[in-house]
Amino acid sequence: MPNTQELQDLVVQVRRDILRMVHKVNSGHPGGSLGCTEFFVALYNEVMDLKEGFDMDGIGEDLFFLSNGHISPVFYSVLARKGYFPLEELNTFRLIDSRLQGHPTTHEGLPGVRVASGSLGQGMSVAIGAALAKKLNGDDHLVFSLHGDGELQEGQNWEAIMYAAGNKVDNLIATVDRNGQQIDGGTEDVLPLGDVAEKFRVFGWDVLEIENGNDLEQVIAGLKEAKSRTGKGKPVCIVMTTEMGNGVDFMMHTHAWHGKAPSDEQLATALAQNPETLGDY
Amino acid sequence: MTKYTDQGKQDTRSGYGAGMTELGRTNPNVVALCADLVGSLKIDTFIEENPERFFQVGIAEANMMGIAAGLTIGGKIPFASTFANFATGRVYDQIRQSIAYSDKNVKICASHSGLTLGEDGATHQILEDIGLMKMLPGMTVINPCDFNQTKAATIAIAEHHGPVYLRFGRPKVANFTPADQKFEIGKALMLNEGTDVTIIATGHLVWQALLAAESLENQGISAEVINIHTIKPLDDKAILDSVKKTGCVVTAEEHNYLGGLGESVSRVLATHHPTPQEFVATQDTFGESGTPEQLMEKYGLNNKAIEAAVLKVMKRK
Repeated sequence: MPNTQELQDLVVQVRRDILRMVHKVNSGHPGGSLGCTEFFVALYNEVMDLKEGFDMDGIGEDLFFLSNGHISPVFYSVLARKGYFPLEELNTFRLIDSRLQGHPTTHEGLPGVRVASGSLGQGMSVAIGAALAKKLNGDDHLVFSLHGDGELQEGQNWEAIMYAAGNKVDNLIATVDRNGQQIDGGTEDVLPLGDVAEKFRVFGWDVLEIENGNDLEQVIAGLKEAKSRTGKGKPVCIVMTTEMGNGVDFMMHTHAWHGKAPSDEQLATALAQNPETLGDY
Repeated sequence: MTKYTDQGKQDTRSGYGAGMTELGRTNPNVVALCADLVGSLKIDTFIEENPERFFQVGIAEANMMGIAAGLTIGGKIPFASTFANFATGRVYDQIRQSIAYSDKNVKICASHSGLTLGEDGATHQILEDIGLMKMLPGMTVINPCDFNQTKAATIAIAEHHGPVYLRFGRPKVANFTPADQKFEIGKALMLNEGTDVTIIATGHLVWQALLAAESLENQGISAEVINIHTIKPLDDKAILDSVKKTGCVVTAEEHNYLGGLGESVSRVLATHHPTPQEFVATQDTFGESGTPEQLMEKYGLNNKAIEAAVLKVMKRK
């Protein structure tokens, strides 16, 4: 297990990766990626039980599904820095002939990705299926998933939320990134989500909240608490409040950086706020 | 002409159910999902014998397709079944992203396709599903013609790695293919050799094509009848070998002429061997309520329609 300082260094380095990847191709989604950096770093380096290497079936290890696929930069950076594929490959993000497509996919065979996502609202169903396969296989490992809050406006989520509770899929931990923003503005202005935690609760889930999803220790504690609540007859939901664009002052408190790349000057400012720790790719 | 005997009318969906029963006993990785239509899909025996391998998802087809995709991660072979309309059009993007693009080993099994579900009417009578499914890269599309072939196809697709759309229907129709006939995905079956015209049929229209060929023989016309059960990948060679001999072709299917088997055949012919073709299919229309026989008559999908198309296409040679 890395110590907290090592993980904090990784968080800053992943932020640099996200910014540089998106800047290079002048496209991609930095806002949500920066907001979920602590979550990804904690999940892959402190929480999940992972095997060496990658195989699609993932029997005997925990699995993760990213439903809000547009935050691929943070996913790719954390996977690369965990050793799933060469770090230099981050240079190919969104370029022709790359395995690092705009949204994550299995189609080009990128290790670490088990399903395509990008068209929203589909990931929870897939995570449930993988969790059911684990039960059939007698594999007591867990399935984690991440969902955007705006993504919950897609109806398929509620089919999945109903199914998971009704069928006691209690080896599943679904985290909602409650950053309150979506493309057209605040979630409560575009289509109000209301009390997300309460909605999961009345559907029959065991729900816990991470008040500050950009506080690494809180995220780790929350994920570990969630793990301790699995296997008790209910799927577990974490409602995690984050700040979109976290770590870059001018990207915070706005939805403007959902899907926009920084200019050269903006990149320099953003990188200065996140000094190199583990070495740029 | 080669003689085929109706061994007794049965529904193709029961062929699916019988195939699932066998798979339940022989392949421990096969799992079944259904969206509140267990009785209609005839999978009661599979469920009774393998309750832990059955997932009732309720009236939630989008979630069913996603769960099916997830079950493959861990080595399961999910057979997700419901009515054809709800198995395709309703959940197209779920199939596209979570199954086809993700190359998941999911079998989408669809009953009540086409007009012959009858009285429920156009809301349930999908005539566009072959087109929707064949356009997805990597998707195999199969439309068997009777009980025996549907059973054999169900068993065969479990051995094929990759997404499959298996299309069958509701009414009891002639069961005439041999019970022990091997089902080879992508391999057309020659049912009757002929010299004047090629009739290429799929699904419920195959029996109608045989009835038409018998009647044509009495009029001195020698019709070759080919059963295309796999629309994708299409058996180009079987089609080309036949039309090079006969010089004209009629395609017959319970589907819109846009996007169906006929168009796939046209592409092969236009590319390799331009040949006059007539389409027995619905003409870009929705269906309506009625008995299966009334509907097939009204929409021109029976042996008489095939005969008329043959006479028409032969004049164009």
